[in-house]
Amino acid sequence: MKLLMTTFVLGLLYSILLLGSENQLEVGGLVALAFIVSLVGKKMGLMERLASAVREHPQFPAYASVAGVLITMVVFHNSHFALLMLATVLIYSMVCLGLNIQFGYVGIVNFAGAAFFGIGSYTVAILASHTAIPHLAILILAACASALIGCILIYPVLRTRGHYAALVTIAFGILFRNFLEVNDTLGGPQGMKIPPLNLFGWNLSDGIEIFGFEVSFYIPYLLIALILLILSFKITRNLERSWVGLSMDMVRTDEIAASTFGVNIAHWKIVAFTLGNFIAGMAGALYGMMTAYVAPNNFTFADSLILVSIVILGGIGNPWGIIPAAAIVVILPEKLQFIQEYRFLLYAIVVILILLFRPDGLLPRRIREYFPGNKVGGKK
Amino acid sequence: MSFDIFLQYLLNGLMLGVIYAIVAVGFTLYFGVLDVIKFSHGDILMVGAFAGLTAYIGIAGTFDSPWLQLLVLVLISLSVAAFLGAVIARYLILPLQKAPPINTLLVTLMLGLALREAVRLFYPNGSNPKPFPRLLPTDGIVLGDFTLRSDSLILLLTGIICIVAVQRLITRSKIGLAIRAVAQDSETARIMGINFRQIVLITFMLGSALAALAGLMNGLYYNEVNFSMGLLLGVIGFSAAVVGGLGNFYGAIVGGFLFAGLQTIGAVLLPAILPDVPSAYKDVFAFTVIIIIMGLKPTGLISEKSSERV
Repeated sequence: MKLLMTTFVLGLLYSILLLGSENQLEVGGLVALAFIVSLVGKKMGLMERLASAVREHPQFPAYASVAGVLITMVVFHNSHFALLMLATVLIYSMVCLGLNIQFGYVGIVNFAGAAFFGIGSYTVAILASHTAIPHLAILILAACASALIGCILIYPVLRTRGHYAALVTIAFGILFRNFLEVNDTLGGPQGMKIPPLNLFGWNLSDGIEIFGFEVSFYIPYLLIALILLILSFKITRNLERSWVGLSMDMVRTDEIAASTFGVNIAHWKIVAFTLGNFIAGMAGALYGMMTAYVAPNNFTFADSLILVSIVILGGIGNPWGIIPAAAIVVILPEKLQFIQEYRFLLYAIVVILILLFRPDGLLPRRIREYFPGNKVGGKK
Repeated sequence: MSFDIFLQYLLNGLMLGVIYAIVAVGFTLYFGVLDVIKFSHGDILMVGAFAGLTAYIGIAGTFDSPWLQLLVLVLISLSVAAFLGAVIARYLILPLQKAPPINTLLVTLMLGLALREAVRLFYPNGSNPKPFPRLLPTDGIVLGDFTLRSDSLILLLTGIICIVAVQRLITRSKIGLAIRAVAQDSETARIMGINFRQIVLITFMLGSALAALAGLMNGLYYNEVNFSMGLLLGVIGFSAAVVGGLGNFYGAIVGGFLFAGLQTIGAVLLPAILPDVPSAYKDVFAFTVIIIIMGLKPTGLISEKSSERV
């Protein structure tokens, strides 16, 4: 517990310093520091001790992360940029949780992640500017729209396997982007504006003042993102731990064996694909509301690849890996300005290296543990 | 629609079909030999086109004859692409042979992204489209609104000759025999004394050189190349190979012409039937049909021969 607390405090301090620093040299130093600490920690066996400490207090990381986000939010209560980045990390983590259900659990690689994210944003853009539906309901509707449009793809995805299934999602991603580019009612290449989120008659972009403190308008978005992320995380985790997750694992590892044991492959694939797209669409909707603008250029094939690479970087199938991976992918290029221009190139090279030398990602998924808190061997 | 416009569309469709078929043949060669998808294929195509362009800029002053320039340009472009293909096979594809196929797909997808970004960032003014030199004679026969330009004819014939040559190479030559043997059963082929690694490298060089050729044809036809041309051409070539049936040579050609046909039909028929729908939807239409075909024929029109593991 002591070790966990120290890690938490140090990690929190580190992220606050990183988010707050403006100086390129400082950021570079901090990144190098993290790299050295992780190397030294690995050499000294710190990682294993940390992992066993987490096993003893399985709830700790969850509470710590939420507390971390809230504390960071209070520290940066009037710095728009830091809050925007924090919220983006949360939203990207959400999309990747959705992709993780598809890729990590049943083994459907979705190369159209950015398209489903985009469907969410575009649905919000249309519904919020042309109808009077309450904005929180639009969030759900956008997620449903994304899941429904995903259903068009279900038939070919179910029938095909491997490379053929990859083609279906790749073709859909390209088709979606092409469609947006040439469709004038959806704004064409210029995209559309989205009116700001309106919660129970309270316009969120007006800016808020609490106890005399000027507070950034990103805070409500950040809080909504946090709540939605916690919800989707809970769903993903519980799914993994339940018999549903067991069936899904079986579908992924060996379809033929699964069907001989009476597991309905099509059924679980449909559930995973739809649920994943639902979450991705919801994240897209929130992102659209937050940035108040959608354009086809945000949903290209390269963006889909980045989403897939977050899942791989984190460790395929492990929801815990996604959040640090999303943080690295979102924050680093924003903070190190010279990376900004080269970020796609760097992502590509990093993912190639990971696949070659550490195919399991940062936090590899461990073998199921049915009695949390137990050490290996079953004794407490 | 008048006859000359029809001819114009037909020529355009055939031209696209040949380019797509050449790209798809590359995918199918790799898949046949190693059961892998090399998704950086489209970007090799783009690198080939840029290598050709660079070679042209380098030699434009030295040689005057456009034919000589063309020859040097083609040679340099094909060898750059072939070399790149061999390097990729040696350092990315062979080491990952035992990994799940999705890893190879992802590695090569990411490599494609890296090549694309590298050209965008490091090629002088790489993010803008670049004019490609007109090296072929442009005079031609005029039929009303339709002009059969000799450069289009030369490109079309070159493409068809190349496809036939590759087909001959694979079915008639000794190297082709070795490639087919490795594709059929690499273990047995190795036991029979075929140098497996060498054959794999040769196949990847051949496929990449073909991609570069498609890139040059594309550049010469549209007189423009840009850093992202490989993405769409690669996806189309992949779609063509998959719809035709991965690993099947004739399937790739059928798929290539099918995709070009769909695009042309989309461009002509969509505005004619639905007046509100502009011809810009041709790609949306083509990809939609491809997704439908995948649903109906999950292993392609001419399905690959592989036994199901039970």
